[in-house]
Amino acid sequence: MEVGQMQRRLVDYTKSLFMEGFLDAQFLQLQQLQDESNPDFVVEVVSLFLDDSEKLLNDLTMALDQPNVDFKKVDAHVHQLKGSSSSIGAQRVKNACIAFRSFCEEQNIDATLRCLQQVKQEYYLVKNKLETMLRLEQQIVAAGGSIPMIELGF
Amino acid sequence: MARNGGVAWMRTTEKIDGYDLSTSDTEEVHVLAVDDSLVDRKVIERLLRISSCKVTAVDSGRRALQYLGLDEEIQKKETNGFDPFFYCDFQGLKVDLIITDYCMPGMTGYELLKKVKESSAFREIPVVIMSSENVIARIDRCLEEGAEDFIVKPVKLSDVKRIIDYTTTELREGELREGARAKRRGINKRKQREGDDDLSSSPPSTLSSSTSSSPSSSIQSATAPSSPSTLDSPTRRLKMTSSE
Repeated sequence: MEVGQMQRRLVDYTKSLFMEGFLDAQFLQLQQLQDESNPDFVVEVVSLFLDDSEKLLNDLTMALDQPNVDFKKVDAHVHQLKGSSSSIGAQRVKNACIAFRSFCEEQNIDATLRCLQQVKQEYYLVKNKLETMLRLEQQIVAAGGSIPMIELGF
Repeated sequence: MARNGGVAWMRTTEKIDGYDLSTSDTEEVHVLAVDDSLVDRKVIERLLRISSCKVTAVDSGRRALQYLGLDEEIQKKETNGFDPFFYCDFQGLKVDLIITDYCMPGMTGYELLKKVKESSAFREIPVVIMSSENVIARIDRCLEEGAEDFIVKPVKLSDVKRIIDYTTTELREGELREGARAKRRGINKRKQREGDDDLSSSPPSTLSSSTSSSPSSSIQSATAPSSPSTLDSPTRRLKMTSSE
């Protein structure tokens, strides 16, 4: 596949992620912070987010598995996950966290367990999408092309 | 939160370089960024660097105080009072601006703000609070305690540029005042030596008017594309309405 085709495929793929709500404008902000002097910025931030999230999801699983659930602790973890997902533009994860927090407030164990499942699902989805997108970018760069910019307003 | 088009100018480095040229006569703003989230630290660090700042990022209020040399625990350990060499290990470069997250384990951003404002050495440093929660009561509390501004997360480049712009302006104005004062002192001393006691005020006023016009106009051009965002800050809105 030649570079132009790969670039078009990347643009279409990235646009679909915005259309489907996986990513929001904050992700565009991050892309704009990447340039020749910092060519791996997005990859680095996404990696940090993925590592951080895996840890938080593990902590959440353990916290909700306790005989006496400490909802304050659970809420603190969800708050962190909400923050980092918001900072990278992972919109659906962020929204799942918002719902999660309201059930933490109610100290509703069944609902919070369902929320955890929901957050995990959204997380794995966006993880998959981001990794696919970054792989496409890598292929373009390896073939000597540049990563096309997405502009909102499509 | 979608912003259309206006992002295109950010991609080229010419505008940023142009902005750098106009500030090359002053030092870079050194920002101490405080956030317990690794992801957020990475992002804020990049936002600040791309805005031509020097950045020191720490993960807690405690570490921020250590960096400033305000940590009481360390001070207590020094039995014979102030030891400048001891503080050199912890203190870094002079900080021009502190930008801190509100919600942090241990010391919150609000508590850090209070500690900074209570210190005679550091109370002049502007402190900006960041929070994911846009709560008026929280914003008010921070402003009352002396916060310079309040940014709602996620932080965008326009937020950072706005803050750096007015920090740079205030620093420059401070330097200009200092420079004008020093020059006046120099002129006065020379006149006293010459036995001339006609201390007209025209030299200082020419100095201040000629030096202040160009930097501020170049700041204006750099912020022009993002000027609508000055209204986005909750505190800027409050400040603007109260001054009119």
